[in-house]
Amino acid sequence: MIPSTIEPRTTHSHDAETRPTITLRPPTGWTGLGLEELRGYRDLLYFLVWRDIKVRYKQTALGAAWAVLQPFTLMVIFSLFLGRLAGVPSDGFPYPVFAYSALVPWTLFASSLMACSEILVGNTSLVSKVYFPRLILPIAAAGSFVLDFLVAFAILIVMMASYGIVPTVNVLWVPLFSLFALLAAIGVGLWFAALNVKYRDVRHAVPLLVQVWLFATPIAYPSSLVPAAWRWTYGLNPMAGVVEGFRWTLLGTPAPSLSMIAVSAAVTIVVLFGGLAYFRRAEREFADLI
Amino acid sequence: MFRYGRLTESLWRGLTRPLQRAADGGGATEYVWALDDISLDIEEGAALGIIGLNGAGKSTLLKVISRITPPTRGEVRLHGRVGSLLEVGTGFHPELSGRDNIFLNGAVLGMRKHEITAKFDEIVFFAGVERFIDTPVKRYSSGMYVRLAFAVAAHLETEILVVDEVLAVGDINFQRKCLGKMREVARGGRTVLFVSHQLAAISRLCTSAIWLERGKVRAQGNPSDVVSDYLRPERGGGAVRRWEGDARPGSGPIRLEHVALTVDGGPSTTVDIQRPFVVELGYEVVEPAEGLRVGFVLYAGDGTTVFMTMDTAATEGEGLVRSAGRYTSRCVVPGHFLNEGTYSIAARADQPNVAERLYEPGAVDFEVVKTGGVAGRDLVRWPGVTLPALEWRTEAAPADEA
Repeated sequence: MIPSTIEPRTTHSHDAETRPTITLRPPTGWTGLGLEELRGYRDLLYFLVWRDIKVRYKQTALGAAWAVLQPFTLMVIFSLFLGRLAGVPSDGFPYPVFAYSALVPWTLFASSLMACSEILVGNTSLVSKVYFPRLILPIAAAGSFVLDFLVAFAILIVMMASYGIVPTVNVLWVPLFSLFALLAAIGVGLWFAALNVKYRDVRHAVPLLVQVWLFATPIAYPSSLVPAAWRWTYGLNPMAGVVEGFRWTLLGTPAPSLSMIAVSAAVTIVVLFGGLAYFRRAEREFADLI
Repeated sequence: MFRYGRLTESLWRGLTRPLQRAADGGGATEYVWALDDISLDIEEGAALGIIGLNGAGKSTLLKVISRITPPTRGEVRLHGRVGSLLEVGTGFHPELSGRDNIFLNGAVLGMRKHEITAKFDEIVFFAGVERFIDTPVKRYSSGMYVRLAFAVAAHLETEILVVDEVLAVGDINFQRKCLGKMREVARGGRTVLFVSHQLAAISRLCTSAIWLERGKVRAQGNPSDVVSDYLRPERGGGAVRRWEGDARPGSGPIRLEHVALTVDGGPSTTVDIQRPFVVELGYEVVEPAEGLRVGFVLYAGDGTTVFMTMDTAATEGEGLVRSAGRYTSRCVVPGHFLNEGTYSIAARADQPNVAERLYEPGAVDFEVVKTGGVAGRDLVRWPGVTLPALEWRTEAAPADEA
């Protein structure tokens, strides 16, 4: 150990007490979630969200229309092949509205999840050259799809109006269900984002998972097709609760069972906190591995 | 707002960080500690220069202090916010305009929105990109891009500033401007940690310096003392490379046995820009070879070929037969010739019009360091791979008669 003191040119130590001292130590095991630190970086979060939105539709002819085209196209395909040709029931609602009301939160979930998974490996220099709480990145990735969601949601309202469907007063629950879709995406996305740094397999696995997940969620078909006794297991898929919630609040389908919503919410929270803890544990190696 | 007193006292005790490297066979793991047993106090307002060869741990040290990678052992105590400039333009997005990128990059470096807004005009003026501020930066020339990026970084107002070699960018005028800004920052009472290969910049900007070698502090103190220690030739290291038996590179008649770079008779990987150095090639000729010539190619750090030289020129070597045996060829490269920077030697041998017999790139890497001489008082690295001392004669025009 070589002790050394380097002479200062100026000393203003009277200010020293007011400034926080940060101690950097080797991390051991599971660390705290570090959520309180995020507050100080909210401007960065804002600029990253704003960057992602701005860049996404830059130099595109259709611009923000792409935000709607994805759920809308899926809706058209489902309506044609499943609604019309296969005759899949839709709880007595016009099939297009039935499908689209589920595709709107689904698209928020799927896009956010995929963006989260790629956000670290897509921003190598941010990770390896500058410090900020790494959690900012996946949160920004997911947050940047909220605007797309709002646009797609506005189209849903227009569509409902054209079919003469008036939302019930339960519509006040929509923000809550949307938040759950976002939290589920971030929760799962945190796992994949961190894993992606180490194993680039994630890049191939996530789109596949999203495809499977789409059909595992009652989007193109009603959950009433599933025997009632087994319906609560649907709650294990957080998006099932979200989708059922959307249809209940907007279209007025029968309210989803409380047990299913409770299981959905519990699963979302477990995945989210598990993801946060795992991400925090893995992040110390990001700069070295990426 | 003017802020007083940026006390910084960073202390790290036994700061260490391993780079894991798998050892051959046995599944055992050998750790190479990028930093080992480093203990320093840096007081508020100090400007610490960090020097050392590539791989000495300089960048790792900066990364640990700027919180990018956590230490494996030991600790760092920071009094104040840390701003790190390890790269110019981190977070720049090519599709966004200069204006957008100032905000984005500022936020990435840790500035708040209101701070960026307050400094916006100053940043644009410093970078000199007023006319293109709303143009996507992908349409900027590389010089403009770098100027804008540096301008944002230069207006960062953290108490502690960590700077990696980001100054070797832009044209010579801008480099001068950047160094001026660095000096202003260092003298403004903030604490600066500065890694650079430009020893002249270290001696002039810093109040103290440390020399890192293989993760340890080799020397520390007054910058000019540390720099001259650093330049003293020493034994071993990467200055000599040896090969034995079947591992010897070369085909046909030649087997390369060693390559060495020496200064004043001792191996060295740092070369004073004013002094000559010797490149030595030791090899065995395994069978009599006609026209064999041996030499090396010198590459600059950016991959530019500086020159190739062979012990016998094509014409005089032709027809000459070199008999079997061991040889040593030495080539003196004069001082006042190469510019400061990093260089790499590739050993080479051939038989003209027959075959290339040897090409061993990266045989020895070394660094030329500016200590004075041509442009010796200039902080900025002059452009070019060579910096020759050429003869100049300047005369005043004779005064007109009548």
